[in-house]
Amino acid sequence: MTLQETGVAAGAAAAQPAPLLSLDGVSKVFNGDLVALKGMSLDVFQGDFISLLGPSGCGKSTALRLIAGLSHPTSGRINWAGGQDAGDLGVVFQEPTLMPWATVAQNVWLPWRLRGKSFAAMKGRIDEALALVGLEKFAASYPRELSGGMKMRVSIARALVTNPRLILMDEPFAALDEITRHKLNNDLLALRAKIGCTIVFVTHSVFESVFLSSRIVVMAARPGRVIHEVAVVAPYPRGEDFRTSADYAAHCRAASAALHDAIGD
Amino acid sequence: MAIADTAAAAPVLDEEEARRARARRRERLGRWLMPLIVLVMMIFLWDRICVWNNIPHYILPRPGLVAETLWVDRVILFKALLITLRTTFLALLVAVIGGVGLAVLFTQSKFFEMSFYPYAVILQVTPIVAIAPLIFIYIQSKLIGMLLCAWIVAFFPVLSNTTLGLKSADHNLRDLFSIYGATRWQRLRYLQLPAALPYFLGGLRIAGGLALIGAVVAEYVAGTGGVGSGLAFTILESSYRLNIPRVFAALILIAAMGVVIFMALSLLSHLLLRKWHESAIKRES
Ligand SMILES: Nc1ncnc2c1ncn2[C@@H]1O[C@H](COP(=O)(O)OP(=O)(O)OP(=O)(O)O)[C@@H](O)[C@H]1O
Ligand SMILES: [Mg+2]
Repeated sequence: MTLQETGVAAGAAAAQPAPLLSLDGVSKVFNGDLVALKGMSLDVFQGDFISLLGPSGCGKSTALRLIAGLSHPTSGRINWAGGQDAGDLGVVFQEPTLMPWATVAQNVWLPWRLRGKSFAAMKGRIDEALALVGLEKFAASYPRELSGGMKMRVSIARALVTNPRLILMDEPFAALDEITRHKLNNDLLALRAKIGCTIVFVTHSVFESVFLSSRIVVMAARPGRVIHEVAVVAPYPRGEDFRTSADYAAHCRAASAALHDAIGD
Repeated sequence: MAIADTAAAAPVLDEEEARRARARRRERLGRWLMPLIVLVMMIFLWDRICVWNNIPHYILPRPGLVAETLWVDRVILFKALLITLRTTFLALLVAVIGGVGLAVLFTQSKFFEMSFYPYAVILQVTPIVAIAPLIFIYIQSKLIGMLLCAWIVAFFPVLSNTTLGLKSADHNLRDLFSIYGATRWQRLRYLQLPAALPYFLGGLRIAGGLALIGAVVAEYVAGTGGVGSGLAFTILESSYRLNIPRVFAALILIAAMGVVIFMALSLLSHLLLRKWHESAIKRES
């Protein structure tokens, strides 16, 4: 069986240096009584692809917002190895979140622009990021001229243009059709192979989480908490043959079982 | 059999398309033609009423006489038009600067907004005709007094629309700016101002018409002293002298000016937004 529980992942940690990021008993309470997240502990290592999988309302987005520093934990701590600065993080939201008044290239330029870099100086990096997501021909287009999937790619290009240590993705493909989603899943893995970034990915979909990740963190709601961690021990690169393999099916079954545990039936 | 079916179906579709194209053409034509027909009918009716009732020209002039006055008095009227136009334009300019400036201050500082927003509303709801006489008592310069009048009327739509726009930038984008450590100034410059642009332009179109109203009210109250007489003052003066054709001529010019201002601002809005904003994008049909 290639499925392992938390203990093994911790064992793997011994071989690695200190985690890139660690959450230590992090809780978040809204309005004094709504426990969105309770005692979440998670170590994110360099090169991990972690999926947060769970039913709606289990605190996945809350966890991402805490990691991104957009809100602060009610208790517990979040530690970045070697501190955190502005270029460490790339974020992709569920919506593409592009500026409609700016061209594709200008949108990708945004993280650099906010750090005072001129467009001309960053032209090479921007083109490179757009080429990585296959949109080099659309640099001068406006977001409204693109399809949903293409907008999402722009959003991804923007997240990785600064070469961040960690990329956070909150259900980036949830609004897309099955075919486009498969395509973008493949592309995302190819991208990761090329630039070797660390990703924390939120999803509702068991299949997506198994296909993409090396570790699946299964969460439950009310209160939002981590109940299982499932390691997907299958080598990258993964492609269509992995998607149709018996191994993949077995992983999906196991993750489903964990998820049903989470929902409580 | 199947081939024959599709061959029969194709022309039906074409006819449908042709009918739609005809309807579109008719609608385009109608948009110009219908108001024009109404205008001609109204003018004709006006003329007939004058004739049927033997109305003297110092009560209601016939349209022909008004047109003639427009031409004969063109020098006086044109000078007056320029003066009113200048007041309106300057007032609109000050309204934009004041409205946008206040809106930015309001969004930058909660306390500033809390302190001054109520007074902006009070200034807006108090009728300008009630304040105008006081303004001209306290302010010596007629030009500045007029600008102040027109500004008081015109700045509020700019202020309230721009404030709304500055606050309505997408939440995720705001989060993104936080994550990338944007400064206040960067957030304003790269996110809030562009997001507010469509709202601002909407406010500007309203303010254009209001600035004209403000200028007209100011002229009524202020008279000429030193500024020369604008269209509104011309109306006032001509009505004292029972030169009613000139009243009508000046009135037509004011209305035309209002329409031109509105069209110019609509064009500006279209040019600025046509690349990206939903309101300005032509849908494929
Ligand atoms: N700003 C907030 N104020 C109050 N309650 C909040 C806030 N944000 C989230 N919550 C609550 O916290 C809980 C977890 O929300 P969260 O958005 O993290 O769920 P999620 O796992 O991302 O769900 P989904 O899969 O539907 O996006 C929910 O019950 C939600 O109502
Ligand atoms: Mg969510």
